Amino acid sequence: MTLSKRRLLIAAIAVGLTSTCNALAQKKYDTGATDTEIKIGNIMPYSGPASAYGVIGKTEAAYFNKINAEGGINGRKIKFISYDDSYSPPKAVEQARKLVESDEVLLIFNPLGTPSNTAIQKYMNAKKVPQLFVATGATKWDEPKQFPWTMGWQPSYQGEARIYAKYLLKTKPDAKIAVLYQNDDFGKDYLKGLKDGLGAKSSMIIAEEGYETSEPSIDGHIVKLKASGADVFISITTPKFAAQAIKKLAEMNWTPLHILTNVSASVGGVIKPAGFENSQGILSAAYAKDGADPQWNNDPGMKKFFDFLAKYYPDANKLDGSVVYGYGAAQTMVKVLQMCGDDLTRANVMKQAASLKDFTPDTLLPGISINTSPTDFAPIKQLQMMRFKGEKWELFGDIISSE
Amino acid sequence: MDLLLNQILAGISTGAIYACMALAVVMIYQAIDHLNFAQGEMAMFSTFISWQLMQWGLPYWVAFAITLVLSFIGGIVIERLLFKPLAKAPILTNVAGFIALFAILNSSAGLIWDFTIKEYPTPFGSSPFLGSQLISTHQAGMIGVTVLLLIALYVFFRYTRIGLAMRAAASVPESARLVGINTSWMIALGWGMAAAIGSIAGMLIAPVVFLEPNMMVSILLYGFAAAVLGGLTSPFGAVIGGFLVGIIENLAGTYIPGVGNELKLPIALALIITVLVIKPAGLFGRPVVKRV
Repeated sequence: MTLSKRRLLIAAIAVGLTSTCNALAQKKYDTGATDTEIKIGNIMPYSGPASAYGVIGKTEAAYFNKINAEGGINGRKIKFISYDDSYSPPKAVEQARKLVESDEVLLIFNPLGTPSNTAIQKYMNAKKVPQLFVATGATKWDEPKQFPWTMGWQPSYQGEARIYAKYLLKTKPDAKIAVLYQNDDFGKDYLKGLKDGLGAKSSMIIAEEGYETSEPSIDGHIVKLKASGADVFISITTPKFAAQAIKKLAEMNWTPLHILTNVSASVGGVIKPAGFENSQGILSAAYAKDGADPQWNNDPGMKKFFDFLAKYYPDANKLDGSVVYGYGAAQTMVKVLQMCGDDLTRANVMKQAASLKDFTPDTLLPGISINTSPTDFAPIKQLQMMRFKGEKWELFGDIISSE
Repeated sequence: MDLLLNQILAGISTGAIYACMALAVVMIYQAIDHLNFAQGEMAMFSTFISWQLMQWGLPYWVAFAITLVLSFIGGIVIERLLFKPLAKAPILTNVAGFIALFAILNSSAGLIWDFTIKEYPTPFGSSPFLGSQLISTHQAGMIGVTVLLLIALYVFFRYTRIGLAMRAAASVPESARLVGINTSWMIALGWGMAAAIGSIAGMLIAPVVFLEPNMMVSILLYGFAAAVLGGLTSPFGAVIGGFLVGIIENLAGTYIPGVGNELKLPIALALIITVLVIKPAGLFGRPVVKRV
């Protein structure tokens, strides 16, 4: 009797134990995740006017291949499904639907472009599917209350512009500023940040010129800005126009303090074509290391990056900033999935994405880290000023927070 | 006053870009009576070829000459392979062919040379021209080449047998055939010449706007506007049209309140429509009279 009682007790304990173990190891999945696979969707402009950015998608695919070759995430392989939207919002909507409803992905990671992301944001939030680490610097992705399923990644355009404003107020308080901006969401976001940053002193801006991306050349605008007599020139431009502006300034012998947005700060993609001799002294800000800059050749993080390129993406152009970008974004994605453990629900993905603490992808500048919280959906918020000298950017000053 | 002068000068230098392209547009229009939507992409592709040759170490002028020859042959090949079979097809089929050619050339250039911008050398240097800081020696050189090209074309069409034959084949194909002109080959020749002129335009424009697969997309639109303004049948008109479009665009953007920068592109389109409504043959074109 006593024996059987004891046995019963042991059995009961054993059952209890196993059931708790079961509870601990309970795997939770939403559509798109299984014991062996995690499906990640992505939308990129592989064709069309912004196709230069398609490299980001290719880098990410290569990075996920690397993760899979190394055993995947907690034993699960990543299936990366990346579609082309030609940078066209209606196509982006179509592709987002296809990814969510037909491919049944767990989330859409790093879809590119402000117009495309704006077009799919409502759909993604209505479907409660994460639209994670979008590849655009617009400020509007940091609205966790209104859009709890959308999160940005890179520093916002407004934030970056505020850093330039801070810098000017401190070092050149009597500056006369001329601004050349791309006449779309991207340019206007920067312009707003700049004016907000200057605050009461926004009258320092004495001339503004907007240009359309359909214009073949922006010479006319620069002639007009020069005529304003400004001594600071802020170039809120995409790569081709940034290079044109640098060259035109040199041709006209106009030498104002030239500030260039990070979007166009690529040495290989902008400065080199525009001419090193024309680019001396240009200021900009950065958050990531430049693959073309020899100062990082012995940096442990960048060594990992170069090894990755050699093995998984040998045709990549390491001068192209998009490659560095894709690597950092993919690494953040992998980090979040690792944090999710076996709870691969969409809600948990967002929860983990919103609890990144001091995470540093290999490609971010020393001192800059990724931090998020349930009320802070802006992963990267810090930048450092830099000045172009010789054939590379030289960082100077402290890491500045854009808030 | 200073600003006005500056804007006119800046307009002339952008106008030179449009004028070059308009010349190529007129050339093909002379030969086939259609606008070739792939004209810009053909020019872009030629420019990439010359860039590639220079990357392989050839000097500028050698690469320039080889590209000219290759483009000429390329234009003829495109006509023989793609558009000769379409010669009797309705115009819409031809337009679809142009657009297909556009997409093929644009994407292949992206595939071969990728989409990052490339620096393109200029044979004229890029220092300020004659002390003026508004126009560079390259832009002055570009205007010069455009004018030379124009004179060459004028002489070709006016005084050479083959030039006259081409004109005849385009305007009265049947009579031309009756006097023994091989009209089919005249069309091919027109394609070759248009491609060659386009390649010159591309090689002159690239140092200003930087070389990349999409560099010609918007320029072609202005090229059309310039050609329509000056008259699609007149190379001289096309060049004048190019300069006018450049100047009008700049002045309207600067002085007409409300137009500002947002409406600079529509100005080109408004010009096309206005000309088509008021003087369909363009400023210098000959009105086409058809017997009905």
